[in-house]
Amino acid sequence: MEMIHPPKKVSTNKLYKTLMFITVISIIIWSFESIAYQGVMNTAQGTINGMLEGFFNPDISYLTNYTIDGLPYAILETISIAIAGTFVSGFLAIPFALFASQNIVGIKTARIGKFIITMIRTFPELILALIFIAIVGPGAPAGILALGIHSIGMLGKLFSEAIESMDIGVKEALESVGGNRMEVLFRAVLPQVLPELMNYTLFRFEINMRAASTLGLVGAGGIGAPLIFAIRSRNWERTFIIVIALIITVTIIDFISGKIRRKLV
Amino acid sequence: MNLPIIDTSELPKSPKLKLYINMGIVLFLIIGAFIFAGFSFLDILLNIQYSTRLLGRMFFPPEWAFADNVVSPLLETIQMAVVGSFIGAVFAFPVAFSAASVFTKSKWIHGPSRAILNVVRTIPALVLASLFVAVFGIGSFAGTLALSIFSFGLISKMLYESIEAIDLGPIEALESTGANKLEILRYAILPQILPQYMSYTLYAFEVNVRAAAVLGYVGAGGIGQVYERALAWRQFDRVGMIIIVSFAAVLIIDTLSSSLRRRLV
Repeated sequence: MEMIHPPKKVSTNKLYKTLMFITVISIIIWSFESIAYQGVMNTAQGTINGMLEGFFNPDISYLTNYTIDGLPYAILETISIAIAGTFVSGFLAIPFALFASQNIVGIKTARIGKFIITMIRTFPELILALIFIAIVGPGAPAGILALGIHSIGMLGKLFSEAIESMDIGVKEALESVGGNRMEVLFRAVLPQVLPELMNYTLFRFEINMRAASTLGLVGAGGIGAPLIFAIRSRNWERTFIIVIALIITVTIIDFISGKIRRKLV
Repeated sequence: MNLPIIDTSELPKSPKLKLYINMGIVLFLIIGAFIFAGFSFLDILLNIQYSTRLLGRMFFPPEWAFADNVVSPLLETIQMAVVGSFIGAVFAFPVAFSAASVFTKSKWIHGPSRAILNVVRTIPALVLASLFVAVFGIGSFAGTLALSIFSFGLISKMLYESIEAIDLGPIEALESTGANKLEILRYAILPQILPQYMSYTLYAFEVNVRAAAVLGYVGAGGIGQVYERALAWRQFDRVGMIIIVSFAAVLIIDTLSSSLRRRLV
């Protein structure tokens, strides 16, 4: 009887896996060694006490301040930035995604489109916010533009993946009866992928809600500015009322958005 | 013969009407958001030249010599991201399992675990970082802690969702042979989950590299601190150089990590 040898591929695969494993472990060790614990600040005990005190006595007057300087206004502004920013990016991401989809523009152009989308994704949000602050001045509109442009990076990628995996038959059918490019786009491509695109857009909305709450750091509106201000001035009563309000708002939005998304798909 | 009388009021509302109502609500929210945030398209068009001026100061030309000063904080950023996603992954594992009803039968355990998952995910990494900076002082340790918690939220949520979605067959098969919990975990659940678990950890690493770039803004170490200094001194040619170097790094990391992830799943 002939001996059955195991295919050779397995052994190289094993070698590859072992090498991979060793590399990953050494990267982790190298990283751990350089992140040094340098002790706590000598004021840490006081800071932690202050934080605990602030956590249990949050600044309710800030919550019930319904003027432009109050918490409700800042939260509403944050939500507005997230909604408007997501809308801008959902709208702009469609042409970018079409430009990056192999089955629409061909493999070569799609590669360029994908590279552009990656470039957008790596451009930091905060720097984008600064650029837009230079254009429209500090405030919520700069935040909307920053989120709107930055989110194209993720939405464009997800959209183009959705378009690439759609059923090509409908598109070909329309082309064969002489439909022009716009007709093909609006009657064959978009109707097929729309639920998926809306699902991704809502998912991005959840992310943008979190991002919008930090954009204020550079002056792009929303809850971020009062939050960082409260932390820097060690006003823990105010810090924690903001954090608690933020957690509740984000949880509610996640819940609603998740419900809609489950209905879509 | 009498025809049955149909009471139209008991029929469900026509799906079309419902669609219009939903679209109306969404439109109202979007338009409301733009108005509330004070967004003006005209403003952008009128001031667009400021953006080209700023971009010109950043990239035409960037301060090439500054690249040397960027490398070591960039390495620190990567180390922070590695440690953060590693620690996050370690803690995410038990919590995701105790949150999943497939593995944990008791409501008293998976209820609170799920609550932890959802609350942790709502706190922005930047807020965590600035709280940790207040306690541990300026440096990469505070940032790494923030990234660990952030990755924990990310990985545990995704892992929990995929545990809930696994194939129940192997579990039932093992249960019928009288296997205990640990054996079920080892032979029925882990083989199904492990590739995804590693893939999520890598994904968290990618997100961390980008998030770590921002954390330095509040003094939490890494490349963000260099950003902050350059921006504070309005040295935009340096900002341009930082963007170029980190863009290259993020591109390499994303490519490596996503090719690894494709092998896993």
